[in-house]
Formats: sequence, structure tokens, C-alpha cells
Amino acid sequence: MDALIRKYEKKLIQAGLAEAEGPGRPIVGGLDYTLSWNRKGWETKELEPVFSAMAINSLVFFQPAPPYDKIIAYLAKEALTKNLPIQPEDCETRTFLHDLPVIPGFSTPDIITALKRRKCVIISDTGQNLPDAPKGPAIVAHGTVSPEQGFVVGSSVAFACFVKFFSDYLNHLQCGTAPPDMHGVYDELAPWLTGMAMPIPDLVKGPIQSEERVYEAMIQAGAKTVEYGLVDSYFGNISFCRDNILYISQTGSSLDELAGCIDPVPLDGSSSAGLTASSELTAHLETIARTGADAILHGHPRFSVILSMDCDPKKKQVCRFSTRCHTHCPKKREVLGVPIVPGEVGTGPTGLCNTLPLAFERNKDAAIVYGHGLFTLGRGDFTQAFATLLTVENRCRAHYVDCVTKLRQ
Amino acid sequence: MHGWTGHILHINLTRHDYHVASLEPDLYHRFIGGKGLGGYFLRRAGNLDWNHPDMPICLFTGPLTATIAPTSGRLHLVSRSPLTGCVGDASVGGKLSTQLKRAGWDGVVITGKSPYPVGIEIREKEIRFIRCDHLRGKDTREVYRTVAPKKAGLACIGPAAENGVKFASITADNHHSAGRTGLGLSFAAKNLKYLLAEGSGKVRIKDLPGLKEAREEVIRLTAASPALMGQYGFTCLGTGAVYDLMDNRRMMPTDNFRATRFEPASKLNAAAFAAAYSPKKYGCKGCHILCKKIGTRNKPGAAMPEFETMSHFTALINSKDMDLVVEANDLCNRLGMDTISAAATLACRREITGADYTGRQVLSLLSDMAMDRGEGRNLKLGAAEYARRLGRPETAMAVKNLELPAYDPRGAYGMALAYALSTRGGCHLRAYPISHEIFRKPVATDRFSFSGKARIIKIAEDLNAVVDSLVACKFTFFAAGLEEYAKAFTAVTGIPSSAQDLLAAGERIYFNERIINHTYGYGADADDLPVRFFTEPGSGGNRISIPPLDRAAFLDTRKTYYHIRGLDTDGTPLPEKRKELGLD
Repeated sequence: MDALIRKYEKKLIQAGLAEAEGPGRPIVGGLDYTLSWNRKGWETKELEPVFSAMAINSLVFFQPAPPYDKIIAYLAKEALTKNLPIQPEDCETRTFLHDLPVIPGFSTPDIITALKRRKCVIISDTGQNLPDAPKGPAIVAHGTVSPEQGFVVGSSVAFACFVKFFSDYLNHLQCGTAPPDMHGVYDELAPWLTGMAMPIPDLVKGPIQSEERVYEAMIQAGAKTVEYGLVDSYFGNISFCRDNILYISQTGSSLDELAGCIDPVPLDGSSSAGLTASSELTAHLETIARTGADAILHGHPRFSVILSMDCDPKKKQVCRFSTRCHTHCPKKREVLGVPIVPGEVGTGPTGLCNTLPLAFERNKDAAIVYGHGLFTLGRGDFTQAFATLLTVENRCRAHYVDCVTKLRQ
Repeated sequence: MHGWTGHILHINLTRHDYHVASLEPDLYHRFIGGKGLGGYFLRRAGNLDWNHPDMPICLFTGPLTATIAPTSGRLHLVSRSPLTGCVGDASVGGKLSTQLKRAGWDGVVITGKSPYPVGIEIREKEIRFIRCDHLRGKDTREVYRTVAPKKAGLACIGPAAENGVKFASITADNHHSAGRTGLGLSFAAKNLKYLLAEGSGKVRIKDLPGLKEAREEVIRLTAASPALMGQYGFTCLGTGAVYDLMDNRRMMPTDNFRATRFEPASKLNAAAFAAAYSPKKYGCKGCHILCKKIGTRNKPGAAMPEFETMSHFTALINSKDMDLVVEANDLCNRLGMDTISAAATLACRREITGADYTGRQVLSLLSDMAMDRGEGRNLKLGAAEYARRLGRPETAMAVKNLELPAYDPRGAYGMALAYALSTRGGCHLRAYPISHEIFRKPVATDRFSFSGKARIIKIAEDLNAVVDSLVACKFTFFAAGLEEYAKAFTAVTGIPSSAQDLLAAGERIYFNERIINHTYGYGADADDLPVRFFTEPGSGGNRISIPPLDRAAFLDTRKTYYHIRGLDTDGTPLPEKRKELGLD
């Protein structure tokens, strides 16, 4: 348990979700026979009763690092004013978290009440009830199996809030309803909206002629996707097809930890080894079959996701599918030439496996699933898929900033 | 009340009469239904033998049964197991549970012993006892054909139960089995051949929009689950889809658990069965996963074997004959025997005799067990008793006399702990650690480590006790969680409940079983695995090593589990924990 506690503390920091030093350093606790913490702090004393009150084995607490701190503080305050949870509309939240409960200050009973119902709770301002505690919002998440659950949920919350804030802001500007303090928060976040100057990395070059090289290429491309901020560690998936076998990342695997987490799935259906493969296996198989591509990379780059949810408010108001955009959007939509399709995770009747492969038939090497993420294709290796992922996201970010600038003028 | 009918049918088969009882609402809240209420009535019976006329057989629906809550169409049966002597229980699918609830009953508690073979027919509030000497000796399919339940749900036993097979099963609606722990023999001990239920009522639901919302959330999560709804998942290939994984992970029990790799496995997988039998989807009432498969070719109408049956009738007994698996599965279902126990007992015999089987021998021995003939007279007692009688007790791969299913514990240490600690014996479903150790849900854990597993197993046991009490299907919980099902429970019953509130009830329900087993005389000695797993390695390879389990680490983790569960070092329930859970 101690090793896991240390691992997920480190991952929270590496992901840019929490500070490495000082009072913002995350707290991770694990309980088996005894309760262990990665570090002691004023929070651990307050959080210990959570373990007594609930059947859990781990807890993650962190005060989000910039820019998430300002975003979450704004959304939490707004939610408390409305007396509602934060309700992001991205795919991850809709599928796995449902909504994000918020409590005003650090109160152990309130944390327990919220965590009994949901996987996480957002504290609007930890300093509200405890004057000596650092100011600002915090996220608390629990697990029944591993501290990884708290890390995954914390990461999802940060992503969902980021997407919600910028989606809401664009929508408010389009409707002329942006609250004054939202402009202020946006302006404070401006430094995080500058383009990525990172060059396309030197990835394994095709043709890839052995199974070992396939694994090597996938592990490398996955890690770079995380390193470049094109996906949070836990999300996304990746596949490569060679000799009638689709090698695909396993469900719930971290793109920066793919060693040992890749399933070889024979295309002839002679094995059910794909049982633990990514939820998007069917979409990958169908895409490979329709396009002849070898490589598929799927990330959750934030501004691609944000723009996928951007819809003319006037048109949306009269659209009969306006509450089901993620599954039933009837329009053929694009952003900067990249098709946007509806679809939920997996293989249900409204699953993205029914929509995504068709999007690539429009002679495209990239497609965005509404509120979810970007899929890109490569041939021979991952170089082109990675380059497309990076380029589309950079262009989406720049486009977003342009839109906001114009609307504010 | 919403969710529950408030009516429990108590049947006395000695007198062929019945009365209706209601429970205090508080008891429903504390024990929920299904396994929980079954355990409540079992404990009230005290320390009776499994075949004592006053020993009840409890059949319970749950508050979600007959609602639109996904996968809620299952029934839970509880009594004292003829095979293990411990708590014996099993969950069964089909439509019986839904029909029973619609007839207005939360459950049925059966005591007494009929002087002659009898069927119980429950149609709405009308209860009839049907003398059925003509059905004695008939297999489950013939019973189904003769009784012709049409819209009704039907549970019945076959000749195996009537001839004293300790692992006799109960067959529901022709294709579903309450397989484990020998509850078919409990039916037979009461001269009960079948139970039929038919109803047309509706369950009162407090908040239908809320329930629809919860349903949508569960459906969305299951759609996102490759194990359930993926193209290689249970919906397409049935539970047999697990076969390749067990081979790939080097944890397929082979040669009576003397090895963990079966060389021909890749030719005997779910894809091979699908190619040979073209199965179609079939499932329980109210389920969207439809994991059951019915053959349309070669043996049309035959239920396809579940994963454990596939594995044990191939790797465990060293057979490469796919058709034999289907034949053996069909024969066991018709005769009314648990396929896991039957195959494991044959594997034990094979190790003792050192002789391989032909297909014909396998089928012949299965028939001998069920008909109480020849060697079958010993084999019908299960692997543990069979091995004891032959002076080779170490060859019985069982925990508390319940034969182990098809996950080798050396390949998943949580499973090792789960087998040893399960209140019904060698069972994978009590804690179902395969979820995180193999399927990576909710997240993956290190399958070769005991670290943290004591608490994980305890929480999972509580969770699955809730699932069996609501009643829902455990497979759904590869994707959804109590968070979503608590929402459904709240919407149906109107009782505000969180996932943690339900887990607290689950802890009570599971601890109650520990108390019952303690009353029956079971303690730490029974919470153990066969010696083989601590002394012999499995079949490593493909960069995977399968060493023997570390005995000291196992015992240390078990000790931690006892501490967390509220037991003393002998596995005895602590008085303060009883009090805390309201189980004094």
C-alpha cells in the first residue's frame, strides 16, 4: 500500500494537478490493517474520520495547482450560489462521475456525506472553516480498491472543470450573458492559453517489423501523448495493426504506463483476448478496416473537446435534440475541417463505434467525438497520428482564443 | 411500502399449509431482500441439520425485482448446504423471481417435509400443493415440459437431487441453474419437486423518473464495458469469453490444479464454440446483457456451457473434446447437478486413478452419480468426501467441501483469499476479485500481491452481499457500482440511501453468515486452501511466473482480514461487532 500511496502522489504532481512542495503537496492515504499517509499535515487529522465512517481503503486530497485552482474555485462558487453540484457535460463526467458535489469549506462531516454518495467532493475554499489552512479549493476522492481510483477521479474532475469553464465562457459570450467575474478569471488564465512550442517528437519509425517493435512504438507514443498534455494519463487509447493482429491498450490503462497493458487481438475473431481491451476496441477495428490505417491515437486534448461542444446558441435553442447532443446531434459538424460526431463510450446503440469510423470515410485523418476527445490516424507508425493530434489541438486552442477575442470586442 | 410487497409466504410442507407474514419495515431496511432476508430466516432456524424438516429453504426476491432496474430479475435461495454444512446459497436467473414478486411475494420460506412428491404452485395469492408422483425421477427438461409453465416461472429438481447427489442443483426456467452448494438436495429432502410462480401485479415505485435516470446511468456504464458489451464480451460470447484470458494469464486450472496451462486451450475457446454451435443470445428477465447462449446448430436448443463448465470439462479433466463439454453440460442440467462440482469430482477421481477419460466414460460417470449407481455412489458425495473415502484427501481441490471454480488462486492472490474466506466455501463470487485482478475494474490491482487485499476482499464481500440482496447480477458490477444502484434503490423504495449506506447493510448481511457458520462449528481451520497451492508451482511461461502461494503471507493477510471483519484470531465473530451491526 505504501508503494501505491507514493506512486499516486507522484502522478498527481507529474500531471500538473498538484504542487510538488509546500502546503499544496497532495495527501494520499491508504488503509489495510493500519492507516498510512504519504505525509502528515493538518488535513490528515481531519481526513482520518472519513476512513472510520466509510468502507473505503484509500483517499486522495489535493489543492489543485494553477490553472485548475482558479477554474475550480470559480465553478464551485457558482455551484454553491445555485445550490447545485457542478454539472459538466463532457463524456467522462456524464458516464462515470454524473456530477461533482461541492461543499463550502473544510468540514469532515460534509466531506463524508458527499463521499457516501459520489466518488469525489470539491471543497470550495479550505480556508473558510479553518483560518490557518491554505486558501483555495480542494478535491477529495476515495477508492475501495486502490489509491489509483482517487487519482483517476481527481484527474477527471480537473479535466471536466477545465472543459466546462471554457465551454461555458464561450457560450456566455455568444449569448451576451457572461458574468463580469468570469471575464476576470479568463484573463487570469490567459498565460495558459498560449500555443505549445513543443516540436513533434522523434517516434519509432515504420515499417514496424516485429511484435516487440509494435509494443515499443505504442509505449513510446502513449507516453509522449501524456507528456505533451494531449491526454490525462488515465484517459485515451492507442492501437496498431500488424499481421492481422490489432495491438490495443487495455481498458483503464494509463497511456504513460502501457508496458504489460497491451492486448493483441486477432482480426479473424479467433480469440477473445480483447475482453480486457479498451472500450473503443470495436471503433478501432472498424476504423482500421474502413481506412486501411495502421495506427490510431486517441487523446483528450482540451480545446478540441471544448470546440466539439460549441454550437450556435440560437440554433441549439430550437433543436429538438438539444439535451442529447452527445448522442443524437443531427448536424454534419466540423471544426477547422475536422469532423465532429456524436457517440458515447463503448458499443451501445448510441456508441461512438457507430459514428467514428464513418467520420474517417470523409477522407480525414482526424475526427472528434462530441465532448470526448480526438482520434487520429497514422500509416506505418505513429508519427503522423501524433503530429495530427498536436496540430489539431494547437489550432483549436488558437481558434478558441480568436473567437473569445472577437466576441469580447 | 414501496419496492417490497410486505408479504412473505411461509409454507409448511408437512402439513401442506401456509401462512402469510409481514416483517417490520426496519428489517427490510437492514437486510434488504434476497440473500439478506434469506440469511435472516436461516439464522432464526438455529443449528439444525441441513435435512431437518424445520430447516428452511428461503427463496427471496429483492426490492428492485420486477422493476426496470437493470439486471434485477434474479432470485436468491438460502438454506444450510448439504454439501458443505455451511450457509448454502445461490442466485438464479430466469423469470421466476419476477413472477414471484408480481404475484405479491417478497419471498417464500419453506419448512417441513411432504409425505409424497409435491409441487408448489403460486398464482397471485392462490397457493396450491400438487401431488406429483408421476414426476419422480424425471429430469428437469421433462418436468418443464410436463408442468408447462408458459408465462410462469418454474424451479425444479432432477433425479440427481432425488438420488442424494450432494451437489444437486435447482433448474429455473429450463436454462438457469442455482448450481452451487447442493440446494437441489435441500428441495429433495422436503420432497419438493418443483415450485411455480405466476403473477400480474406491479411493484410500487416511489420515484419513477429517478429510477429511469438510474437505469440510464447503469446502461451507459455497461455499454462502456468491454467485458460486458464489447464484441468479445459476455453479450456476444457469453461468460466463455473468459477462457482465453485464463489461458493467457496462465491461471487455467489444469489436471486437477496440478498445472495452470492447458496447451490446447486456444482451440477450445468461446470463439471455437461460437463457430461450432452458432449460439444466439438469451438472458434473464429484465437484463440487457443477455450473457446466456443457446446453440442453434449441432445441438440446437442446448444451453452453451458457462466459462467454468468449459474450463473444468476440458483443462481440469484433460479433455480436448468440445462436443463433450456441451454434452456434459446438457446432461448435468437435465439431471440437475452443479457442473463445477461434478467436473471437479471427476478431476479428483482422475488424479487418484491415474487414468484418462474417454468422452463416453465422462458421460457415463455423470449419469452414475445422478442415478446412484456403481462408482457414482461415492462420486455423488463431492470431491472432498470422495477423496476422503479413497484415502487421498489431499486430491480434493475444495474449500469447506465446495469444489473450486476455474480460476487458479496461484494466479490471483485476491482470489486465493476470497476462496478461503468465503462463507459458502470455494467460491469466486463472494468477493469476485477477478474484477480488479483480471478485468481491471474499477482499476487494476497487482494479482501477484497480497498487499491491501484483506480490506479489498472484505469490502467486496459486503458489496456482493448487497448485490445478492437487491437482487441484481454481479456481472453488471464490472461496469456500474453501488453509486448507481443506490440511486435505483432510493428511487424504488423512497428510502434515501447512499452507496455507503448499502455497504453498511452488506456488512451486516455478510457478518450474519459468519455468525451462522460459527454456530455450525466453522472457524479459522475451514478458512484455508488445499495444501497444493502452497507447495506446488503453476505453469509459468510467456514471461509470467506462477510460484506456489507464500503460506506466511497468506496467513498474515487472513489475520488482517479477521481484524477488519471483526473476528478474533480463530475467525469467531466478536461480540462487539455483533452489537455494532445489530446482530445480537
